[in-house]
Amino acid sequence: MSDFTSDFWHFYIAAVSLASIVACGVFLKLQSVTAKPKDTTGHTWDEDLTEYDNPLPRWWAWLFYLTIAFSLGYLVLYPGLGSYKGTLGWTQLGQLEDENKVANAEFGPLYDKFAKLPVETLAKSGEAIAVGQKLFLNYCSQCHASDGGGSRGFPNLTDKDWLWGGTPETIKASITEGRTGVMPPFGPVLGEQGAKDVAHYVLSLSGSTSDSIRRARGEPLFKANCAACHGAEGKGNPAMGAPNLSDTTWLHGSGEQAILETINKGRQNQMPAHKDILSPARIHLLTAYVYSLSQGGAGAK
Amino acid sequence: MKADAAEVRLYAADKKIYPRAVHGWFAAWRWLLVWGTQLVFYGGAWLTWNGRQAVLFDIAHRKFYIFGLVFWPQDIIYLAVLLIICALSLFLFTAVAGRLWCGYACPQTVYTEIFLWVERMIEGDRNRRIQLDRDPWNARKTGIKAAKHGVWIAIALWTGFTFVGYFTPIRELWGEVTGFSAGPWETFWILFYGFATYGNAGWMREQVCTYMCPYARFQSAMFDKDTLIITYDRDRGEPRGARSRSADDRTLGDCVNCGICVQVCPTGIDIRNGLQYQCIGCAACIDGCDGVMDRVGSPRGLIRYSTQNALERKLPRQALMARAFRPRVLIYGAILCAIALGAVVGLYARVPLKVDVIRDRAAIAREVEGGRIENVYRLQIMNTAETARTFEITATGLPALEVAGTSRVELAGTASRMVPVRLRVPAGAAAGTHRIEFAVTAVGDEGVAVREKSVFIVR
Repeated sequence: MSDFTSDFWHFYIAAVSLASIVACGVFLKLQSVTAKPKDTTGHTWDEDLTEYDNPLPRWWAWLFYLTIAFSLGYLVLYPGLGSYKGTLGWTQLGQLEDENKVANAEFGPLYDKFAKLPVETLAKSGEAIAVGQKLFLNYCSQCHASDGGGSRGFPNLTDKDWLWGGTPETIKASITEGRTGVMPPFGPVLGEQGAKDVAHYVLSLSGSTSDSIRRARGEPLFKANCAACHGAEGKGNPAMGAPNLSDTTWLHGSGEQAILETINKGRQNQMPAHKDILSPARIHLLTAYVYSLSQGGAGAK
Repeated sequence: MKADAAEVRLYAADKKIYPRAVHGWFAAWRWLLVWGTQLVFYGGAWLTWNGRQAVLFDIAHRKFYIFGLVFWPQDIIYLAVLLIICALSLFLFTAVAGRLWCGYACPQTVYTEIFLWVERMIEGDRNRRIQLDRDPWNARKTGIKAAKHGVWIAIALWTGFTFVGYFTPIRELWGEVTGFSAGPWETFWILFYGFATYGNAGWMREQVCTYMCPYARFQSAMFDKDTLIITYDRDRGEPRGARSRSADDRTLGDCVNCGICVQVCPTGIDIRNGLQYQCIGCAACIDGCDGVMDRVGSPRGLIRYSTQNALERKLPRQALMARAFRPRVLIYGAILCAIALGAVVGLYARVPLKVDVIRDRAAIAREVEGGRIENVYRLQIMNTAETARTFEITATGLPALEVAGTSRVELAGTASRMVPVRLRVPAGAAAGTHRIEFAVTAVGDEGVAVREKSVFIVR
């Protein structure tokens, strides 16, 4: 223990504790007899109400001595006297580890059972989905929302539109290792008008209303600057998390303003890795739950 | 140094009390209550209701079953109301007739009465018990004592088992206990409550009332001069004294100083010294004294239920009884009735459905296809009835506000479920926070419905 700069304090605390306990015993012994026998306590309430000063039952005194015996026993078994660790070797951390062991022994078989089954099978099992949903609500819903529908900047997991792929393997990889989706800023490259032209071309990809002149001017700019990641037709590339621009799903909002902002300033999206937080069995179950969301299975609402 | 004789020990060994058997009107009442409370206690755990234990306090699943009612943790208010009713009843009974609870219905009294009866059956009445304790230890004494403690322990263990049987299904528990497979906690609590019964009713007895129970110490705050208490009629009884059967001694009062009232007292006091905090109001001394008065040919009631006012002012019985309806009692009674009525109405009007709405915190609002705005909520729906129901979720408070996806939830009886619910408004809704209201209604039973407030955010 490095709580104190010198060992003196451990001995000081131990000595004070022990002296207090001994003093309690001595005090009890001394206070068990009185030199002056009295009939009443000497107090009078409500004109004539007095109280006899009768002795307490002897077992009452034993209870006091019992507390002293208990405290000594406790100090032998548990840490309490300075830096003495106690014969049981109890620590808060040890208790936590013991409780974790008990919990793992209780729930381990359940997860093991699920871990042996493929994700596709689990996604159809009501039991697995119920457990998976609890995990999802604990670890994922803060960003992806309670229904998995996501929010601005956080992908919707209930549709078929996947940034990094929607197979069990890719979902599991996303959860385990995390994902970093980076779109570099193109504002300096394209200039103000160029960016606007590209934005209108992007709008046209999904059939949204766009300016035909800007669209025509934007197309070569898109092919030169954007197609490397988003593909010549803007269909995206799940290998690098480049979104499909030709559908109506917009991670950072639809409309010219939002698209312009993305082009000019770029985007930095981070999904944290969970391999250090969750056991492989839990990630497996979570994968099955997330997979089920887009499959219209038990977990999808 | 002071002389040793002047020193007084502040802790004394208690003197064992050997209450003498007593028969009479009040003893009969006590036995009636012993039978009544114990039939309910020992028998109640075995009743079944709709295929489950009728009275079960299932702490592990946080559900209390009492016949047709199921209480969830959210119903804790009813426990509070029950405790208030108990406290007010205690005030009322105590104001009217003192420690009725202590004397007749308190488990400490009831189990002591049962244990004393066992003791009397095996060891004999007061004098024989005193003699037995004085005798040196021999085979006969050992046998008698072993038999007594054996029966006591059996009763105590059965009591502990029954008590635990209200918290874990008793029929399963019986199978576990007889198969020696009860869990560590069940075993512990059976033994714990068994030990408490054995120790308190067999050994501690009046010590519990005098030294442990706080009630004895504050009873005087609930008494007044019109409270019925067990009293000795000093004017009639004194001067006390033994007398020969034939002599009609005019110089003596009615008290023949037989000491029966002291011998029957379970707390070992002499009621002739007046009201004492040890007196649990069991009226054993009344029964004892009445028996003696019958035999010596004096009227009953030398020791009787009376009030301080009645004794001081020589009030007739009728006036004494009329004073029971004094403002204090009437007010206690009125409050008690009002709360009891409120509890009954509350229970009757209780909707067997509870809903908690928790708005998603991080995902505030999202844009979906067509620029529509969605908010996500978690609805914790608790079907507290024992029948399966289907619930319809609706929301109001914004134009064209609708539930996206399925709005129906099926729930088994006494089940709860967390349901993510998406609410959606068309594009163009005013930005800001809007107050909305969820309504969850049982399909086919419009009476079972709950409305909960929440907010919808557009940005």
